[in-house]
Amino acid sequence: MNLDAKIPAGPIEQKWDKHRFDMKLVNPANKRKYEVIVVGTGLAGASAAATLGELGYRVKCFTFHDSARRAHSIAAQGGINSAKNYQGDGDSIFRLFYDTVKGGDFRSREANVYRLAEVSLNIIDQAVAQGVPFAREYGGLLANRSFGGAQVSRTFYARGQTGQQLLLGAYQALKRQVALGTVKVYTRHEMLDLVVEDGVAKGIVTRDLVSGKVESHAGHAVVLATGGYSNVFFLSTNAKGCNVTATWRAAKKGAGFANPCYTQIHPTCIPPAGDYQSKLTLMSESLRNDGRIWVPKKAGDERRARDIPEDERDYYLERFYPSFGNLSPRDISSRRAKEMVDTGHGVGHMKNGVFLDFKDSIQRLGREVIAERYGNLFEMYEKITGENPYEVPMRIFPAPHYTMGGLWVDYNLMSNVPGLFVLGEANFSDHGANRLGASALMQGLADGYFVAPLTVGHYLAGVPRDPVTNDHAVFRDAEQAVAEKTSRLLAVNGHKTVDEFHIELGRLMWENVGMERNEAGLKETLQKIPEIRERFWSEVRVLGSGDTLNQSLEKAGRVADFLEFAEVMAWDALTRDESCGAHYRTEHTTPDGEAKRDDEDFAFVSVWEHKGVGEKPVLHKEPLEFENVKLSTRSYK
Amino acid sequence: MNLTLHVWRQDGPTAPGRFETYQAKDVSEHASFLEMLDLVNEDLTREGKEPIAFEHDCREGICGSCGMMINGTPHGPNKMVATCQLHMRFFHDGDEIWIEPFRATAFPIIRDLVVDRSALDRIIDAGGYISIRTGSPTDANSIPIRKRDADEAMDAAQCIGCGACVAACPNASAMLFTSAKVSHLGLLPQGQPERWTRVVDMIAQHDLEGFGTCTNHGACQEACPKGISVDFIARLNRDLMQASWKAAEPPVAAAGGGG
Repeated sequence: MNLDAKIPAGPIEQKWDKHRFDMKLVNPANKRKYEVIVVGTGLAGASAAATLGELGYRVKCFTFHDSARRAHSIAAQGGINSAKNYQGDGDSIFRLFYDTVKGGDFRSREANVYRLAEVSLNIIDQAVAQGVPFAREYGGLLANRSFGGAQVSRTFYARGQTGQQLLLGAYQALKRQVALGTVKVYTRHEMLDLVVEDGVAKGIVTRDLVSGKVESHAGHAVVLATGGYSNVFFLSTNAKGCNVTATWRAAKKGAGFANPCYTQIHPTCIPPAGDYQSKLTLMSESLRNDGRIWVPKKAGDERRARDIPEDERDYYLERFYPSFGNLSPRDISSRRAKEMVDTGHGVGHMKNGVFLDFKDSIQRLGREVIAERYGNLFEMYEKITGENPYEVPMRIFPAPHYTMGGLWVDYNLMSNVPGLFVLGEANFSDHGANRLGASALMQGLADGYFVAPLTVGHYLAGVPRDPVTNDHAVFRDAEQAVAEKTSRLLAVNGHKTVDEFHIELGRLMWENVGMERNEAGLKETLQKIPEIRERFWSEVRVLGSGDTLNQSLEKAGRVADFLEFAEVMAWDALTRDESCGAHYRTEHTTPDGEAKRDDEDFAFVSVWEHKGVGEKPVLHKEPLEFENVKLSTRSYK
Repeated sequence: MNLTLHVWRQDGPTAPGRFETYQAKDVSEHASFLEMLDLVNEDLTREGKEPIAFEHDCREGICGSCGMMINGTPHGPNKMVATCQLHMRFFHDGDEIWIEPFRATAFPIIRDLVVDRSALDRIIDAGGYISIRTGSPTDANSIPIRKRDADEAMDAAQCIGCGACVAACPNASAMLFTSAKVSHLGLLPQGQPERWTRVVDMIAQHDLEGFGTCTNHGACQEACPKGISVDFIARLNRDLMQASWKAAEPPVAAAGGGG
C-alpha cells in the first residue's frame, strides 16, 4: 500500500500557497470533457459538487436521501470555527492550527491541519456571501462565541442551527449549478460499490431506492463525502440513515481505512429512556457553561433531585478538575460520567444518566438570562423527556457522536486508490484522535469548497480526456455483485429483524470498543463479531422485493457492512496499545486516570488493508512528525 | 399504553391504497411517535408482513425527512414539532390513530407514507439562491447587516422543507415554503441583485408543479414545525407585485448617445 502523504516541502505557512501554484491546471475549454462523480450531499459533498460544477467540470452527484438538503450535517447545532480574529482576542491561523493539533492529541497530520486553519477564513466569507444568516451584533457585524473550552471567541453561529444554515447554503449553491446544467443530482440513489480498474477508481455502482434498479456510472474521478460511522454503535447522535457502506465498500476495493478506532463520544446527550430507543439526541455542549454536573453521593439513591441535600451531592467534575470543572474536555467528562453510572450513582428511572443542574445559575443570573442563553435547548429537552429543566435538573449521558477515523487520504485528499478522493468526516486527516467542537463544519466546507476542487483538477490534468463509459466488464461484474448481495439478503428469510442484529452489534461495540477499551474486551469482541455476522446471514428476515422501495433491504445492506467493518475497528483499538484522545485503553492511564500517550511507539496513522471478510486486515503505518507544535501532555487539572 | 392504528398502505404510485388496522401494544409514553412505528414494524416483520414505509432520518426535527398526517393533522397534535419529535405522552391508552401520507397533487405517493417532494427542490432550482462564485467574496464583515434584518432572515431560513405546509393547506399551496426562501434571501443585502427575478421565477415554478394558490387560510403556519409566519407570504406578495412594475420599466438608456 503506497502511503505517500505528498506533503509539500517548505515552511508550514507556505505549503498550501506553494502547492496551489505547483498544481497542474485544466484548460477551461477542456474542463467540460471531464466527468466527476460526487457521492454524498452533506457539507463536503454539496460544496464540492457545486464548486466543481462551477469550474466547468461535468458533475454527477448522488444521495440516498429524497433531497440534497437532508444530510446529517444539517443537525450540527453549535457553530463553525474560523480564525478571523474579529474579536481581537489574540486568535490567529497559527493558534487555531495549534489548538486543533493539540486537541487531536498529536495524532493528526500537521500540514493538513494548518491548511484547514488557513482556509477557515474563506469559509465565513463564502457563507456570508451566500446569505447564511449568522448571528450578528447590534452594530451589524458578525457575532462570535467561545466554544468547547477554547480560550478565544472564534465560533460563528446561526442560533442553534448552524449546520442547517451552512448546509442550506451549500445546497443552494448546488441547486444553482443544477439550474445551470453543470451538475446532475441523483436523489434516492445509494452507492453500493466502487469500480476499480487496474488499480484506478473508474466509477460507482448505485441502486435506485425506488425502482431497485442497479446501475453503474463512470467518471474520470470519484469523490466520496459520505460521512462517519458512529451508527456502528446502533445508538448514536447520527441520523438513522448514516452508514459506513460507501467507505467500507471502497476499503474492500483497496482503499486503506485509517484510524477506525478514533470515535468521539459526546458528553451531553439525553440518556436512553427504554429498550425501544432508536437514536440519541445531543444537547449542545454550551450548556456546560452554566450547568453543574452532579450525582448523589449514595449509590442507588432513589430520592428525587430536589430532596437530596447539598452535602449529599457529588459535583465530581469540580472535585476531580478544580480548574476546568464542568468544562473539562469531552473525553474526560464522558469517561467520568460513565464511571459514576457504572458505580451505581446513575440517575433517572433507568439509572443511566448524571444531573446537569441549572439551579445555581438561575439563582445567580435569573431565569430570563438562562432562557435567553439556552431557551431553545430547554424546550427541546422538554419535548423529548417531558421534564422542565428550569424546575428539575437535566439528565445527560455520553453518546457516540463523530468518527475521526476514515479512509486514508494524502495532502490532496486522494486515497491510495488513484482517482478516489475522500472529503469531510469520511476521511481521517484533520482531527487526529479527538475533534474539537465547531470543527466538523469547518472541515467539511474546507475540503469541499476550497481543497478538493483544486486537487481534483490537478489529478484530472494528468488523466486522458477521452470520454468515460461504463461499457466494460469490470462495471458488469460490479453491478452483478451488488445485485447478488441484494438477492442474498432477501433469500435468507430467517426469523430475526435487521434491527435485532444491529442492536446486538451496537451493544457489543459500546461495551468493548466504546468509551473505554482493554485487551481482553477487544479480543472477545473480535471473537463475537464473526459469530453475529454468521447468524445475521442465516437468521435475518428481510421481507418484500428488490424492485420496489424497500427500507428493510436498505437497512440490511448497511448493517451487513457494519458487521464487517466493526472488526477493523476492534483490530485498530487492539493494536493501538496506548491511550490517545478519544481512544482510551484502561491499561494506559496516568496516575490521575487520564489517557497516557506513547509517542515513542505510536506516533503514526494506522492504515488498514482489507484482506477478505473474516481475514485479519494488514496494518500499514504513516509516521507522524511534529515540527511546529511541540509534543506535550494535556492537563486540565 | 395500547393503541389501535389505521395506517394508509399503498404498494406503489399507481396501486390502489387502503387503510390497514394494527395494534400497537405496551407503548411507553416516553417513546417518540416514530419509535412507536418502529415497534409496530418489528412486529409486522416477525409476523411475515411487510413493514410500513415511512421517511425519517435525523429524528431531531431538523432534516425535514419525516412527515405524515396524524388524525388529519400534519405532524400530529403537538405544535411546533416534526413527527419525529412528537412523543407518545400526547396520546392515551385505547386511542385510535389514523395515519396517512401528506396528500397533494404535487406530492405523488411513492409507497405507504412516503411521498415525492422533489417539486420543492425544483422551486429552489428556479432561483432560491444567491449567485456567487466560490472563493471570490469579500471579507464577511465588509457588509454590516442590521441585527433585526439578520434575525428576520433567520426566522425565514429555518424552514426544514418537510412539506407540512402543503399538506395542511386546503389548496395544497407551497406558498409558505416559497415565501420563506424568498424572504430569507430578500431581507439580506446580498440577495438584492436577484430579488425581483427570483420571486417571479420561483412562483412560476411553484405553479408549474401543480401547487395551489394561497387564499390566506393560515393552516400552513399552524402546521409548520418551525412556526414560520404567514407574514412572509405577505412579504412575497409585495415583492411579486413590485417585480411586475419593475419588469414593466424600460431599461435606463445610456444618456447622450454614449459618444
